[in-house]
Amino acid sequence: MGKRVGMEVGIAAAEAVALCNIDVAAVYPITPQSHIAEHLADIVHDGRINAEFITVESEHSSISACAGASAAGARVYTATSSQGLMLMHEILPIVSAMRLPVVMGNANRAISGPLNIWNDHTDIMPQRDCGWICMFAENGQEVIDMTIQSFKIAEHPDVMLPIVLNIDGFQLTHMIEPMEFPSQAQVNRFLPPRKPFVALHPDNPISMGCFNMPDIFTESMKAKETALRNSKKIIVKIWNEWGKLFGRHYRPVETYKAKGAKTLILTMGSMGETASVAVDEMRKKGASVGLVKMRLWRPLPIEELRAAIKGAKTLIVMDRAISFGGAGGPVATDIKSYLFQDKSRPRIVNYIMGLGGRDVTVDDFIAMTKKAAKKKEDTFEFYGVRE
Amino acid sequence: MKKKKAVSKKWPEKWQEVNPGCMVFIPGNASALHTGSWRAQRPVLDIQKCIKCGLCYIFCPEGCISEDSEGFFKANLDYCKGCGICAHECWPEAIVMVEEEE
Repeated sequence: MGKRVGMEVGIAAAEAVALCNIDVAAVYPITPQSHIAEHLADIVHDGRINAEFITVESEHSSISACAGASAAGARVYTATSSQGLMLMHEILPIVSAMRLPVVMGNANRAISGPLNIWNDHTDIMPQRDCGWICMFAENGQEVIDMTIQSFKIAEHPDVMLPIVLNIDGFQLTHMIEPMEFPSQAQVNRFLPPRKPFVALHPDNPISMGCFNMPDIFTESMKAKETALRNSKKIIVKIWNEWGKLFGRHYRPVETYKAKGAKTLILTMGSMGETASVAVDEMRKKGASVGLVKMRLWRPLPIEELRAAIKGAKTLIVMDRAISFGGAGGPVATDIKSYLFQDKSRPRIVNYIMGLGGRDVTVDDFIAMTKKAAKKKEDTFEFYGVRE
Repeated sequence: MKKKKAVSKKWPEKWQEVNPGCMVFIPGNASALHTGSWRAQRPVLDIQKCIKCGLCYIFCPEGCISEDSEGFFKANLDYCKGCGICAHECWPEAIVMVEEEE
């Protein structure tokens, strides 16, 4: 066991990146991610790691610089949030299509407009279909662990895909939490230097990011989709390896008091901790309630999710984003379409909540669970909206 | 990921054969694609008017014009897309674009 330290989670994210022997970081600061950018720049400036910190003029440039550096064989990191992620959008599917293992931390924040700097998941949801591995951390310790794991997963020869690690803005990035860092020697053993499949070099000319005619584009997309789906096996393998080394276990779908529960709450990200307290409160009063937390969002771990919700009568899906004019929150919409043909499935009650930094408290989870118990069919609605 | 297998394939038929990230491991293999098949008009050079200035060679976006043994600049019709830039730039008007159909 390492020494426990009290630290702001954003700072800890930068410290975790520093442990990973990165070659290049290209980060443009944006609230609430700025502390990651600033602290990582400090670490490079102080000579604590031998890396290049590229001070780019925008997020479009930061992700482009990361793509170029990754193509040249470097281990690269970037971080962003909200509008920054939106500006990166054009490049995101290119990075995944080129199979470049870029690791990104995203401090989740609402997207404009109206302008709002606080937490929800509306920034990551429009990037959902870009072909990146997409995961959510729940607390500071997970941010450290998952950052280190991400490099190993992304660079694995059977994966070679970029990863975005979602870290709830403020709720997580600005909290001071007790955390434990693995030692440099432990990280070096777990994460050896990157061995790229190929790298751009004048001595060995290759072309990357080539043009596709209609007669091959569909095959390229099928290959990309298959690569992302297949990455789950490696993700689970690397998480298991981490669990054996450090005693902290990570799974695509995690549960809390979910076994045999009639009602299940489903969350992603930091709200899982609050929801688990709400489950404890409700359990004390005899309610049959449990919690399901999705750590992995893309590729969507549907087999694990089916196993976790088996036998439940009601599944309350908490969405911190909405697809305007669509079928509800993006998490619920995906789950519903997967379960559509199942012979028996729970009633799915979808709440759009926690938008733009609106607190979701233990009492809110209890209130939502009570409201959901009265629903006769699948529904989706805003929770806590004043009317 | 087995690199050797991926390298040996020149052109993928099935999705399983697509190189990771559509990388191309054979430098210069674009020359195997005869882009001249797109052409609607072809440049025709009148050697009586040509002064061998080489402007067509400089402006050709395809890089398909080269100097022959007599010093005339001629387009390789395997790659010439028929854009007409050479004819536009040729101030002695030695190059004219002719319909492929005719």
